[in-house]
Amino acid sequence: MKVGLFVTCLVDLMRPRIGFAALRLLEAAGCEVVVPASQTCCGQPAWNSGDRRAARLLAEKLIAEFAGCDYVVAPSGSCAGMVRAHYPDLFADDPAWLARAAALGTRTYELTDFLVTVAKLDKLPGDFRGTVTYHDACSGLRELGVKAQPRALLARLPGVILTEMNGAEECCGFGGTFSVKFGDISARLAEKKCENVRASGADAVVLGDLGCMLNIEGKLRRLGDEKTKVLHIAEVLAGET
Amino acid sequence: MEVRSMHFKARASTSAADRALQAKLGTAKALFVDGRKRAVAEIDLEATRAVSQAIRDTCIDNLDLWLERFEQEATKRGAQVMWARDGAEICRLAVDIARRHGVKKAIKSKSMLSEEAGLNAALEAADVQPVETDLGEYILQINDNELPSHIIAPAIHKTKEEVAELFERVHHKPRKTDIGEMTREAREMLRAHFLSADMGISGGNFLVAETGSVALVTNEGNGRMVTTLPKVHVVITGVEKVIPTLEDLATLMRILPRSATGQSISNYFSVLTGVKRPEDTDGPEHLYFILVDNGRVDLLGSEFQDMLRCIRCAACMNHCPVYQTIGGHAYGWVYPGPMGAVLTPLFVGMENALDLPHAATLCNQCGVVCPVKIPLPGLMRTLREQQLERGLRPWGERAALTLWAWLARHPNLYALAAKFGVRYLNWLAEGGDRIRVMGIAPAWTAGRDFPAPQGRTFRELYARRHKP
Repeated sequence: MKVGLFVTCLVDLMRPRIGFAALRLLEAAGCEVVVPASQTCCGQPAWNSGDRRAARLLAEKLIAEFAGCDYVVAPSGSCAGMVRAHYPDLFADDPAWLARAAALGTRTYELTDFLVTVAKLDKLPGDFRGTVTYHDACSGLRELGVKAQPRALLARLPGVILTEMNGAEECCGFGGTFSVKFGDISARLAEKKCENVRASGADAVVLGDLGCMLNIEGKLRRLGDEKTKVLHIAEVLAGET
Repeated sequence: MEVRSMHFKARASTSAADRALQAKLGTAKALFVDGRKRAVAEIDLEATRAVSQAIRDTCIDNLDLWLERFEQEATKRGAQVMWARDGAEICRLAVDIARRHGVKKAIKSKSMLSEEAGLNAALEAADVQPVETDLGEYILQINDNELPSHIIAPAIHKTKEEVAELFERVHHKPRKTDIGEMTREAREMLRAHFLSADMGISGGNFLVAETGSVALVTNEGNGRMVTTLPKVHVVITGVEKVIPTLEDLATLMRILPRSATGQSISNYFSVLTGVKRPEDTDGPEHLYFILVDNGRVDLLGSEFQDMLRCIRCAACMNHCPVYQTIGGHAYGWVYPGPMGAVLTPLFVGMENALDLPHAATLCNQCGVVCPVKIPLPGLMRTLREQQLERGLRPWGERAALTLWAWLARHPNLYALAAKFGVRYLNWLAEGGDRIRVMGIAPAWTAGRDFPAPQGRTFRELYARRHKP
């Protein structure tokens, strides 16, 4: 099974170890992993900013880069959601590209969804010990139905105790460019999320998207919380925390 | 109503810092969000949403035919159907009706269309006293015509204490602290108006084409007084509110109160048909429908047609994290929250509400709770697209977007830019794990830190590990 790892632009820039953690997990699941060297971004920032043309050009680029893969996996519900749920919208007027986009979309997965649904990985390399709470990032949850998958994987780590926070499904306030266009609203939403994280009493908040990660970690630290860890699910599962 | 949506950013900023406002909205959220969750569990939600969407689409696809049918049936039963192109026409028609019947006082049940039109001011100018009888609207009216901040709970931004103080000041009665007592006091004040009014003005939740009826969903009973006591009843509602049959009404009523207030059924639900007949003991002698376009017809056949399905339940704003943080006033016109972020620019002009479609994280909480499956985040995205096409976005934003998109299509240059970007961010972090002040995105670091990058980009590290 040939799997293309779409690292995502934020992981590339901010947290490469999440990319390597995803790689390790996919290899542990017995996949032949390829990482196309020319990959950059799925185009979501352009799509959400109203630049359909730029989004489409980046979509064409990604579709071509991963065309030879059986599956495309991203350590992000947001980016996987862009490919699966929104690429077809970009090619509504172009049947040939639409078919390619739709075909790739059905083969594109968020990491935990892929590990549970397709690869059926049961032995995890991770050895995290502690109490964690899981933040459901919006796109993964509401576009791809990622909810039970990360929890099922966490449940296989004997040292992990999952304690659910209030409002786990509520937006952390990141929202891409929203976080800087409306910085004060965004920061206030992050604060509410942090209050829920802290009230859960967990040692770490675990999540599946870089945007939420930067937002929540940034707010926790600004609030003076140096203790609560903010970890990507791939890091926890792969033992690369 | 005067449009203030162009001031969204400044007003939202002020509201975002208003902890007292957020506490009030939090109380309401618990009521609406938890209530809805319980109530929709009683039905097959997804099936009901699908049927509700289909009912609304059926009408909207052939809106002219259903409106004609409604007009025929309503006229047959003694009502007069009038058409208003915009707010000014609503005011002119309503004032004409008031003059025709020598009306001095008009009692009103909630109507957002009358807010769109600024009807109260027009009535006052014509020497007709408008009296709001929905408790929330009444509170706002006696507080010097304050504006509503929610479409079904207009005074959601006020505390019990604020209302107690207002009542004491305006009613000249001893201050009450108990909500029941305060409500009783308001009811006493309103009773005299109910009995002395010559005209009742209401909105309409649905218009039923097969019977020419208007359906009203209320919780306080004021709607019944407004529509049955005075000799004249004027219904003001949007043309898109028409549905084919009573059967369809029954279906939509399974989902409207549940989505709105978490009720299986509202306290009062009225289906009003025709004028008072000889054998009736009550009801209006004259019934008028003012059916309003005010921007709605332009949405037919457009990329925004889905928005016409809206049944004004307010579930989208009740579940919206942004609305929960800033409340309704910041949106600057009649409709707040996600549905307002789409409708306001369409109704008042895109250039007057540039921030609204951008003031959303696109979390799609609104989309999943919408009872008629309006793709709200998608419509906001389409508005963003049209802003860009019409050159309405700031120069700096457009330049940054163009440069980034160009780089992202040139992997080698992109890799180089990312490499330097990471080093620049680490320099800003001064060797630490976070950036406290970031000149290129001050709005981020004003309210939180920006975590520093790990050190090298993934592609740098991957290339190093996989050297041929």
